[in-house]
Amino acid sequence: MSIGVLFSSHLEETVAMILFGIGFSLLLLNRNLIKKIMGLNIMDTAVYLFLTAKGYIYGRMVPILTDGITDPNAYTNPIPDGLVLTGIVVSVSVSALLLSLTIRLYDRYHTLDLDKIIMEWRKEEDA
Amino acid sequence: MSRIRDNYKSSPAGRFEAWYKDGYDPMDDRMDIHIPAQTEEDYDPTDVIAGLDLEDTVYDRTANKALRISGYIYKILSVVLCVVMIGVLIWMVQYLPAFGQPDNPVNNEVSARYIGSGVQETGAINFVTGMILDYRAFDTFGESCVLFIATICVQILLRYDEGEKDPENVRRRHQAATDRLFEPKNDIILQKVSVVLVPLLFIFGIYIILNGHLSPGGGFSGGAVIGAGLILYLCSYGYSKTERFFTIRTFRIISLAALITYCLAKSYSFYTGANHLESHIPLGTPGAILSSGLILVLNICVGSVVACTMYAFYTLFRKGDF
Amino acid sequence: MDFLRNLPFFCIMLAMFTGIVSSAVSGRVARRLTLSMVTAVLVMSALTLGYAEQVGESITYLMGHFPAPWGNEIRFSTLEAFLALYFAIIMLLSVLGGWSHAVIDIEAGKENLFYVLIDLMMSSLLAMIYTNDLFTGYVFVEINTIAACGMIMIRQNGHGIVAAIRYMVMSLIGSGLFLIGISLLYDVTGHLLMVPAHGAVEKIVTERTYIVPLLVIIVLISVGMAIKSGLYPFHSWIPETYGYATPTASAILSSLVSKGYIILLIKIFYRVIGFDTVISSHVLNALFAFGVIAMIMGSVHAILQTDCRKMIAYSSVAQIGYIYMGIGLGTKAGMVAAVFHLLTHAATKSLLFISAVGLYEVSDGRTDYLGLRNAGFRNRVAGLAFSVGALSMVGFPMLSGFISKYLFATAALEKPHKMLITLAALIISTVLNAIYFLRQVVTIYSGRPGEAVSTGRFIKEAIAESTFSERFASIALVLLNLFLGLFSEVVINLISRGLDLFA
Repeated sequence: MSIGVLFSSHLEETVAMILFGIGFSLLLLNRNLIKKIMGLNIMDTAVYLFLTAKGYIYGRMVPILTDGITDPNAYTNPIPDGLVLTGIVVSVSVSALLLSLTIRLYDRYHTLDLDKIIMEWRKEEDA
Repeated sequence: MSRIRDNYKSSPAGRFEAWYKDGYDPMDDRMDIHIPAQTEEDYDPTDVIAGLDLEDTVYDRTANKALRISGYIYKILSVVLCVVMIGVLIWMVQYLPAFGQPDNPVNNEVSARYIGSGVQETGAINFVTGMILDYRAFDTFGESCVLFIATICVQILLRYDEGEKDPENVRRRHQAATDRLFEPKNDIILQKVSVVLVPLLFIFGIYIILNGHLSPGGGFSGGAVIGAGLILYLCSYGYSKTERFFTIRTFRIISLAALITYCLAKSYSFYTGANHLESHIPLGTPGAILSSGLILVLNICVGSVVACTMYAFYTLFRKGDF
Repeated sequence: MDFLRNLPFFCIMLAMFTGIVSSAVSGRVARRLTLSMVTAVLVMSALTLGYAEQVGESITYLMGHFPAPWGNEIRFSTLEAFLALYFAIIMLLSVLGGWSHAVIDIEAGKENLFYVLIDLMMSSLLAMIYTNDLFTGYVFVEINTIAACGMIMIRQNGHGIVAAIRYMVMSLIGSGLFLIGISLLYDVTGHLLMVPAHGAVEKIVTERTYIVPLLVIIVLISVGMAIKSGLYPFHSWIPETYGYATPTASAILSSLVSKGYIILLIKIFYRVIGFDTVISSHVLNALFAFGVIAMIMGSVHAILQTDCRKMIAYSSVAQIGYIYMGIGLGTKAGMVAAVFHLLTHAATKSLLFISAVGLYEVSDGRTDYLGLRNAGFRNRVAGLAFSVGALSMVGFPMLSGFISKYLFATAALEKPHKMLITLAALIISTVLNAIYFLRQVVTIYSGRPGEAVSTGRFIKEAIAESTFSERFASIALVLLNLFLGLFSEVVINLISRGLDLFA
């Protein structure tokens, strides 16, 4: 399957996966703590993009009762939206926790580079 | 002499000998480091610098060969892992169900019931709210607990208490105290704008919370808006004015009351549901503000917890206190 | 009698409720609340176990008014109830064994927050054991991760915070993979509840419609959970976190947190994907390989340590390897062995962490090998408990470690092409275990009795400080170990019946 076809039929999912990969790599490889946290948020947002894309159905309304229509074929799927809402709260909490850890580490070691922090830490440990 | 002994100790033969002797080392008193009393004349600054250099060469990845090589291997493996993972994920995407088609596996009897009978069963016009606060309420309760436990962790890290002994924390408390000295900021533009904006933000937030079951929104988004209003007020008028109506006591009471209400309300509904009892909670007329049973109560609880939490995050990050 | 169905739900809610209330009371009250909550959970789990044993099949309990594919639910049988009971026991003993240190290690005024973390950790463990819903599983995995991070950093001496951030980064990578795995699974099956999702997965396997995404899902979920529980190449955070936390936290982290993830993984394998599908996907072979490497490398690293705490922590890496090796064998016997070893490791590792603290106390706070010389004479209870734990890890008969090694070996015989590797790894790892554990045991009993440490406090005073509850916890964990070793038939029977009901 060529790239063009892939992008036309699964554009949202492909973009979500690319974003997921970017976030994952940032979280794993970048040494800067703030960029790690950004990577985490990009990764989570990619999952939300994926879920929202999966909930959408062409030509249907948002899942809020309109004009008393209760036909399931008139609305998009509400489940992924609910999962995204839950996921956002989790990601906010984790980001706040990581940021406060970063504040404490910066106070103590005066750097955001995790490798340098670990180096300093090993020195302290042996001292 | 000492270096030779150290070299021997770290060689395999030396380690074997130490192990063979049950770890008993006749020269054990060597472990207790007796720092010789230093006089002024003995002190040579170059010693200190040489010591630092040695430590740097041991721990610095660029200078220590073994660490550098293992670091390279680790880096290469991680990059390979990332590349392989992204490649596999993108390759897999083409086998997934197509975008936006009504006959995808996700559009099954589950979402049909949420939409088809959601209004009768939950009383909520907004199917998403009905789903997260009634059909799948256990998840949402877990989600509130995630927020709660994150607040607890941030408090553990950043809150300072009286009688702190750790020098680092004492310094942070000093910083926090100086933070207050520059208040109120007397920024006339900010103050005039917030006179207009803050009431609007509060009203808009309350509107979002109360209409959670009728329109897009709900406890979390409304609470975030109210929290933003509180933070804006704090930025423009300072702590002395904010503390007239919002202190750590208020925070504790509101979040505790809201979480306990949430916990008890949900326990009641789970208990009645699982034992097939009548729940005795009227669902009201769909579309009215006072409808949809517990959903409105839960939205108010979540909203107040989130508003307090957002404000608490801001103040804890800024000065380690409320 | 039918009322007993409600107990698992009561346990989860009670733990959360206690956590919420504990945030507003003082440290002492919070500790008492936590202890009574864990005791209540223990009693209720025991009752649940009796009830489940009587019913003899899986019981589904609705969390709300709506049945399976629509509403959340929890599900339990004998194995789940037993695990909840067991975890509650370990949690109770860990809190009892370490509270006197927790008072010292934690900043004044923040003690109650520590007990909030323990309460929520308990509730998340229970929810992970009982849940029948994938997304609920994800939410409670996150609660567990954040609570574990809080426990690591509650001892704020710089080390704790660095260890916490390393733990968080690794753990969040695992959570991210798990989350995308669940999202993909939802996309191809359309269900989040485990049982309906299993039906959809079976349909996929027979019709081969979304077989490629299914394979990727299995890989993502397994790798995510393996990262979170610290399988070998992702183990770097383990020694630092376990080594520097306060003793209660070390015991809970090493014996319960990673186990919760493994149980959730086993549950997903059995109940959602189906064990046959997992076997045919060859993911288990990868888990097997990494498990074997972990068994050997973890022990090698442990030998190289001079610090006793780090040695015990590295031994955890090896033990996690044992569990994944058992899962990776891909047979029911292997799975039984893995679950049994999970129980063994939970009992033994908490015993080691708690009794080791008793030894440091009488050695002037020194934690290196030689510093502990003679400590077994100075604090006899801790010395005895440490020796029992070490012997159990090595695989001394009558103790639980022996039974789990025996189970691994017999399970390996069923798989001809994995037999040699498993047996070789078991032997090498046991020898390595023996080297570092026996060396430590010999060290704490060597030297002239009564010889004091050079700069130590007066010894009797130090022993008086090792409180009654600490000694009680050590003895109780020793008895638990003996129980697992002597009455293993009962437990193995229960596990194997429970695994049948898992699906």
